[in-house]
Parts: sequence; C-alpha cells; structure tokens
Amino acid sequence: MADAAKMQVSDEVAIQITGMNKWYGQFHVLRDINMTVQRGERIVICGPSGSGKSTLIRCINRLEEHQQGKIVVDGTELTNDLKNIDKVRSEVGMVFQHFNLFPHLTILENLTLAPIWVRKVPKREAEETAMYFLSKVKIPEQAHKYPGQLSGGQQQRVAIARSLCMKPRIMLFDEPTSALDPEMIKEVLDTMIQLAQEGMTMICVTHEMGFAQAVANRVIFMDQGQIVEQNEPKEFFNNPKSDRTKLFLSQILGH
Amino acid sequence: MDQHFARTEMLPPMTPPITERGAVKWLRENLFSTPFNIALTLFGIAVIYLLVRASLPWWLNSVWNASSLSECRQIVEAAAGTGATGACWAMIREWWGAFIFGFYPPDQWWRPILAFGFLMAALAPVLFSGQTRNLTIVLVVVAVFLALTLWLAGTPGIAFGLAALVVIGMLALAQVQPGKLIWFTLIYPALCFWLLWGGSVWSPIVAMAGFGVLYVVFRQASPFIGLAPAAGAGVLAAVLWWLYLDKALVDVLHGVVPLALQSINSDQFGGFLLAIVIGITGISFSLPIGILLALGRQSDMLIVKTLSVGFIEFIRGVPLITLLFTASLLLQYFLPPGTNFDIILRVIILVTFFAAAYLAEVIRGGLAALPRGQYEAADALGLDYWRAQRLIILPQALKISIPSIVSTFIGLFKDTTLVAFVGLMDPLKGVTQIVRADINWKGIYWEPYIFVGTIFFLICFGMSRYSMYLEKKLKTDHR
Repeated sequence: MADAAKMQVSDEVAIQITGMNKWYGQFHVLRDINMTVQRGERIVICGPSGSGKSTLIRCINRLEEHQQGKIVVDGTELTNDLKNIDKVRSEVGMVFQHFNLFPHLTILENLTLAPIWVRKVPKREAEETAMYFLSKVKIPEQAHKYPGQLSGGQQQRVAIARSLCMKPRIMLFDEPTSALDPEMIKEVLDTMIQLAQEGMTMICVTHEMGFAQAVANRVIFMDQGQIVEQNEPKEFFNNPKSDRTKLFLSQILGH
Repeated sequence: MDQHFARTEMLPPMTPPITERGAVKWLRENLFSTPFNIALTLFGIAVIYLLVRASLPWWLNSVWNASSLSECRQIVEAAAGTGATGACWAMIREWWGAFIFGFYPPDQWWRPILAFGFLMAALAPVLFSGQTRNLTIVLVVVAVFLALTLWLAGTPGIAFGLAALVVIGMLALAQVQPGKLIWFTLIYPALCFWLLWGGSVWSPIVAMAGFGVLYVVFRQASPFIGLAPAAGAGVLAAVLWWLYLDKALVDVLHGVVPLALQSINSDQFGGFLLAIVIGITGISFSLPIGILLALGRQSDMLIVKTLSVGFIEFIRGVPLITLLFTASLLLQYFLPPGTNFDIILRVIILVTFFAAAYLAEVIRGGLAALPRGQYEAADALGLDYWRAQRLIILPQALKISIPSIVSTFIGLFKDTTLVAFVGLMDPLKGVTQIVRADINWKGIYWEPYIFVGTIFFLICFGMSRYSMYLEKKLKTDHR
C-alpha cells in the first residue's frame, strides 16, 4: 500500500472554513465548523449517519448553502455571487455515492461535456484528455458505451475520471464506495489511492478505514453536526480521545 | 458398489412438446386457458361475426362512380338486389377538393401542395437530424410526391422549376452536410406563409427580418446590460419593427421588386389544409413554450413562477372552445382599432397556448422523474443553469415524457376540428356539412365521416409510430 510519508503537504491553504453553521429549517445540521485544509492533504471524514459529514463537503462546492460563517476555497469566498460559485465548482471535483453519470450520454461524452462547455476546450483536445483519464482508471475500452452498460465499480471510476477531466485542484468524495459490491470497492479505492499519491488535495467521506490508514494524513470524526475529534490516522485509531469516537470505532471495527 | 458417474457427452437440446410451442401454445395460453377465458373467446368471436355480417355487404357494394346519392342507391340495388345497402364513395370523388383544400381556388392548389411537400422536407432535418440515409429517403419521397401532384395540379412552369431546384439542392446537401438542412426548417414558416396566403414576397421576408433585429439587438446589448435585459430589449425592438416599420418597408420593397402571388383570404381555407396548418404550427410552437413554462414553474424567481403557474392553471382550467370564442370575438375588442388580426392566426395562437399549458405539465412530470443527482452532478461540474438544462436535464426529461408529449400533440391535432365552432371550415364538421347540404348528396351519412376519420387516423397513427421509433432510438439506459 501507499506510503503516506512520501506524499507532500504544502503549507499553502486550499480550503479554510471558519465558524460555519447551517440549518435545515429549524434543524441545526452543522454547528460551528472550523477546519483548514492545506494543499496536498488527504482528509477522511467519518461518523455515524446523520452526523452532517456529507452536508459538510457539499457546502464546500455550494451544493448546499451555509447560513453563517465563512468558507474560502482556493482564495475564493463562497457567497451568493454566482460567478464565485461557478469558479469554485470548476476547480473542485466531486464524486457521488450514486455516481450520477449522465445516462443519455456515452462515457466519452460524459467526460468531455464539462471541459467543452465550461472550460471551452476544443472537442478533439477534450477527447484526448478524456481518453488519458479513462486509461488512468483502466477502462479506455468502455469509452463508447453508455453508463447503464457498465458495472457499479466501472461507473464510479468513470465518475472519478469525469471530475479529473476538469483538472480540479481539489477532489471531494461523498461515500464513493457505499453503493458498491465488496468486489468492486477495491478497484475504486485503488484509483483513489493512486490519485492521493499524485498529490491531489482530497476530502473523502468514507467508512473504509483501511483507506484512511493507508493514505489519509488526517481523520476527522463528526457527530451531531460537530467535529468531535481529528487526528492523524495512527493516533486516531490506536488512541482515540473522546468516548464517542471510541464507541464508533468499536462498532465499525469490532466485527 | 461403485456408483461414480461422469458425463462425457452433453445431451443435445430437444424440441419442446407440441403443447409448448407455436400456435398451439399461444392459443392455449391466450384464448383457452380457463373456462372463463374460453367463454370470453367464444363471445368475442360471435361479436366479430355479427359486426362483419352486418357491415361487410355495405363495404363490398361500394360505388365509386355516380353523380348523386340516389344514383348510387340505384346502382347498388341493381347489382345486389332490392334492399341491399352499399357505401357511396362517389361523393368523395366529387368533393375531395373541398375536403383537402376548402374553398381554396383550384387553379392555386399547387401552392398548398408545394407547402405540404416542403413541410415534409422541413420536418425531416428535425425528426431525423443528421441521418443521411433517412433524410435521403424522405427527400426522395417528397420529390416524387411533388413531381406527381404538382404536375396533376397544373403548376406554373416557374414554380415547378424552382421547387425542383430546392428539393434537388436539399438532396445534394443531405449527402454532404446533413446538419445544414436545418436552415431550410428555419426559413420554412415564412415560405409556407407566403405560399399559402400569397401577397407580396416581401412581407414574410421583412417579418422574418424582425427576428434578425431581435438577435442583433440581443447580441449587441448583452455585454452591457446582461442577458435577460438584452433579451427584453431585443423583443421590444422586434415588436417595434413589426408594428411600425414592417408595413412601410414592405411597400417600398414591393415598389422596387413587385414579386407577388395571388392573395388568398383566410375564409377560403378549409378541410385538411386548415387542420394541418393549425395543427403543425400549434405543435411546433407549443413545445418550446411548454418547456419554458415547465422550467418557469420550477423557478426560484417568484414572478416567473407565479406567471407560469397562473398561465398554466388558467389555460388548463378553461375549455378550448372558450378560448376559440375568445380568439374569434373578444380579441378584437382588446386590440387597437384598425388592426386586422387574421382569424386563423388568432386561432393558432390560442390553440398553441392551450397545448403549451398541457405540455408544461407533462414536461414537469419528466423533470420531476429525474433523480436529484443529475442536477447535482451538472452543478458540481460547473455548468450554469441554461447549459445544465439544455445538455443534461431536458434531454432526459423530454425523453421520459415522449409518450405524453405525443399524446398531447395528437390531441391538439384532433382538436383542430373544434375551429368549426368559430366559423372556420374544418374537415369533419365544416366540409361535411357543406357536402350534406348539396342537393345531390343529401342524406349521405357514414361516408364523409369515415373518410375524414381515416385520414385523421393515418396522421395520428403516424405520429404515434414515430414516437415509438424515437423512444427506441433514445433508449440508452439499458435497464
């Protein structure tokens, strides 16, 4: 497996979240979130369901709006200004639990659509980039099929390649392996590990603790909309500080 | 004892027993599976037998050559004995011109025929975009149809030559750059209007130029004042163009190059010409309006949303006939005095609105059926609202809604017969009434309705088959 020490973390700040709060109506989903992500960091966020971890990373590319506090991504603050939002979104790639490929387009069209229409890349160049990333996720031969003809693991790898085609500086993963069969989880994790080794700034919401131990340089544990504990993986797993974390870890690793 | 067993050769497949294959299986499963089904089958056969026994002689005794209904009946009785009945299609022979064209002057029939041929040629690039093979088939059929019918209708040589040039040009273009054919579709509305209503060639050209004005103003203004205000300014400029400049410009241009077709008044339109003009125009304009209304209804902008909802609910809540009466009577009161707003145009506008309101709801259903993830994925890739709609959301939402959209189109086309209520001569009631008022054909009953019904059926069935073809072609989800 990957050697975490080899992967460089620079002191340039990629994401800065300060005093962030979010409500769904009366329900306080995210409470006073403060976190800083340096460029090149690989962060794993875990926690029980309903703890707000998905909501947190969806705030980073403004799929969800926050009501209080400040989120700065790559020097751009997320406000209601659509220009800022579009700028951040084209810099931040996202991979979803249910892949969300576009079923009416071929794999190749899925990959080239955003570069052509958002980045204004010429079609031929976009296709070359797409084929490069498809080879990288090891399915170039599927380029002309439709998403419905691929297995779940292949679809998720296509989804990762689709994000990479936009040449993002930050990647967000929202439970990328939760909807997959056990056999397919590995192929997706391998792709993610490879990405981490190349120095991509990543935030992953996942319960794959093996992945966290292998590549993360920080694990964040959330419960009830708050960051309960964060630490480097070795400390986090071997020596958890809070009782809530201990309970969670005993349940998730206990069997 | 040694009980090992290993197969070395696989058994070849056997044919299933007689009860499990072919017609016998089908009959057993579908017609004679239970006592109740057996009873239903026998009952069905009896009903079919009775129907055929009652109507078959009527069809078999059909008469095609006669000059009046009484002559028809004499021929039938002479051939099949006293008291026999028979269909009298001779009426169609005598009146088919009215069924197809209404009171359109016969020496000008080539114009609607040409417009119809061109209609097929204009629809093909939309229906079969970029498929050279299908486009060629359609264009060849159009060429043969036009050559034959235009010759029969006694078309002036110049028109015939020009039409031939256009079709041959399109055929050539279909082989090289089929995508470019869409330009013919874009100029077709003006061309069709000129062919059907006649008048100076400049009026459709100047009217189309209004859209050019809209576009130029929009392009020039959008960098300075933003997209939405620029669109508003463009529309305003175009409206001013149509209201104030249009007529003067047409007069001037017509003075320089007086190229004109004989003017035909709207009250001379009738029959299927009228139904197709209203139906096709309604269909082509109601879809984009319906899409905008559906999107408007989902919008976060309060005014847009309220207006869309109000429009949809009002139009859907009112019978079409009410709207048609509005078109024929009330609209005149609201318009500035002196504006002569053509009755067919008014009816088309309201029929379009009517269909658009239904389409908006149908498309909203399609939009609602899309998983949220599709919107999120489009957003996360940085696509803006209109691109996300055009590239991701609408292609899927429209595909889901194809069956309902086509149902609405078919409904719209059949509803064109309702224009009879505002005095237009639709094929079903308008023309049939005139035929039945003819002293020679007084008392004829089934034949005109069967004739008109058959043509409606063919057109609607065609639409339905096309929609099935489209669904199959667009099926990419492999579920």
